[in-house]
Amino acid sequence: MSDLADLTITEAGKRLRSGDITSVDLLDAVTRRASVTESHLHAFLTLDGEGARASAERADADLAKGTDHGPLHGIPVALKDNMCTIGVETTASSKILKGWKPPYDGTAVARLKAAGAVITGKTNLDEFAMGSSTENSAFGETRNPWSTDHVPGGSSGGSAAAAAVGSAFGSFGSDTGGSVRQPAALCGVVGMKPTYGLVSRYGLIAFASSLDQIGPFSRSVEDSVALLGATAGWDRYDATSIKGPVPNFGGSLTTGVQGLKIGIVKELMGEGIDPQVLAATIAVADKLTDAGAHVVEISMPSTEYALSAYYLIAPAECSANLARFDGVRFGHRSTVEGTTEDMMAHSRAEGFGPEVVRRILLGTYALSAGYYDAFYGQAQKVRTLVRNDFTSAYAQVDVLISPTSPTTAFRIGERAVDPIAMYYSDVCTIPSNLSGDPAISVPIGLDDEGLPIGFQIMAPALGEEVMYQVAAAVERLVEFDQRPALATSEVAPV
Amino acid sequence: MPVEIDIARVAHLARIALTPEELETYSAQLLDILEHAERVQALPTEGVEPTSHPLAMVNGFRPDEIGPCLDPESFLSQAPDTEDSRFRVPRIL
Repeated sequence: MSDLADLTITEAGKRLRSGDITSVDLLDAVTRRASVTESHLHAFLTLDGEGARASAERADADLAKGTDHGPLHGIPVALKDNMCTIGVETTASSKILKGWKPPYDGTAVARLKAAGAVITGKTNLDEFAMGSSTENSAFGETRNPWSTDHVPGGSSGGSAAAAAVGSAFGSFGSDTGGSVRQPAALCGVVGMKPTYGLVSRYGLIAFASSLDQIGPFSRSVEDSVALLGATAGWDRYDATSIKGPVPNFGGSLTTGVQGLKIGIVKELMGEGIDPQVLAATIAVADKLTDAGAHVVEISMPSTEYALSAYYLIAPAECSANLARFDGVRFGHRSTVEGTTEDMMAHSRAEGFGPEVVRRILLGTYALSAGYYDAFYGQAQKVRTLVRNDFTSAYAQVDVLISPTSPTTAFRIGERAVDPIAMYYSDVCTIPSNLSGDPAISVPIGLDDEGLPIGFQIMAPALGEEVMYQVAAAVERLVEFDQRPALATSEVAPV
Repeated sequence: MPVEIDIARVAHLARIALTPEELETYSAQLLDILEHAERVQALPTEGVEPTSHPLAMVNGFRPDEIGPCLDPESFLSQAPDTEDSRFRVPRIL
């Protein structure tokens, strides 16, 4: 690997500080990579070449003066297009926001800029982060870097593909039901969802506010720590952000798993999980045992109801959050003649894609008079049962493990016609969103079609340090060092 | 509980103008999804408190200080229609 675009953030940072390379060199490397891969993948909706160059030059000038903003200084990163970036188009992959340029930066974005990161562009997603394949984008799907006939997962598929292929050194997505971890698994990169409230949601276009969290994609666990570290911490602009000290995420990366208690979730290791994914997960569990961990089976009976509860709670919250898109203050306005109310109803019908309409209708129904207790109220009680299962599990073990996704990447179009089959993609990831706990996906190998398999590690609230400790151990134990064939600047653009 | 959906009413509540064909499609899809959702109703939850949020929410207080605000032009320029520094909409009635 001689191309700069293939370095990890840690390696790139070392070379920047040795004076061997500049931030502009790093930007040139990912730009060159993107110029080859984008025609295959469509990971990006917007590439901000000019803005990125200005940031990279500033990072180089700062470093030359001896001002070092930390591990992300001068590092090109990409952002999911539901994160507000001042003056740079932010669409959430929806026609209803086409052309919208936010008047402010979200907090996570502002913190990345303050940490010296170079924002290269905005990545594709399922419209308003609703989906598991990045096929629901109003601007065309993203493809999987390992096989362009397959989906990259979703909803943060663009960010996952960019990190996998080296058109960014790292990237950010948002995870409401698995939208960072599942595409990370399907694209063979590390993807994590922080404890709810650890990263500010200010300036993240809201989908389901009690579940949404911004989280990073990277090609190493150490890089994930650096990316999370730059964004985490209390924010006065997010009433749900956690006040108090930020954990030392990377404090135990080299500790290993000797003596740790690890629970393998019984309900996520059976029916519906692809046999190759299952076998790979068990093989890693065995390696953890060999490395000195006590791996035990843990039963979490509520798990099988979590998916159904999620698909009431998330649409309910989405139906309220997306009420703001009414053609008045921003976004698309219908030209249909009539009253303001007619204008709103037509703007929404014209602006939202089918999956978004489906979820708004579902949520509106679940919250409407007469059905609230039966659906939404009951789903919230199931949420309590899920939390109770986690609480009793963490009384017995330090972390929980499972597959990240029940299958490897599926073919484009395969699940697009069947919403329920698509929803099942999130069965392993949703419980941690309902509980608000952190979880991470680490790549552990390829299936017989050459598609990546992800391994999930879940930890109690604010348990990022032990989560990363196990993730780093898994990374060392499996030594997954394969890269998609597209991750070379030699491949010809199509 | 038998699931029935007055889909036209739901679409009206959501303020989405859908055609009769679209209403029919969404109605069928919602019924499918709700059939799965009914699984949650099979679970005994007597005495279980609902969870609306992962954090124990308390009011967050901060000092009431004057700080910088957005320049009105920065967001008015993004609106579909404006007049005299206000958002302009079609007739109300």
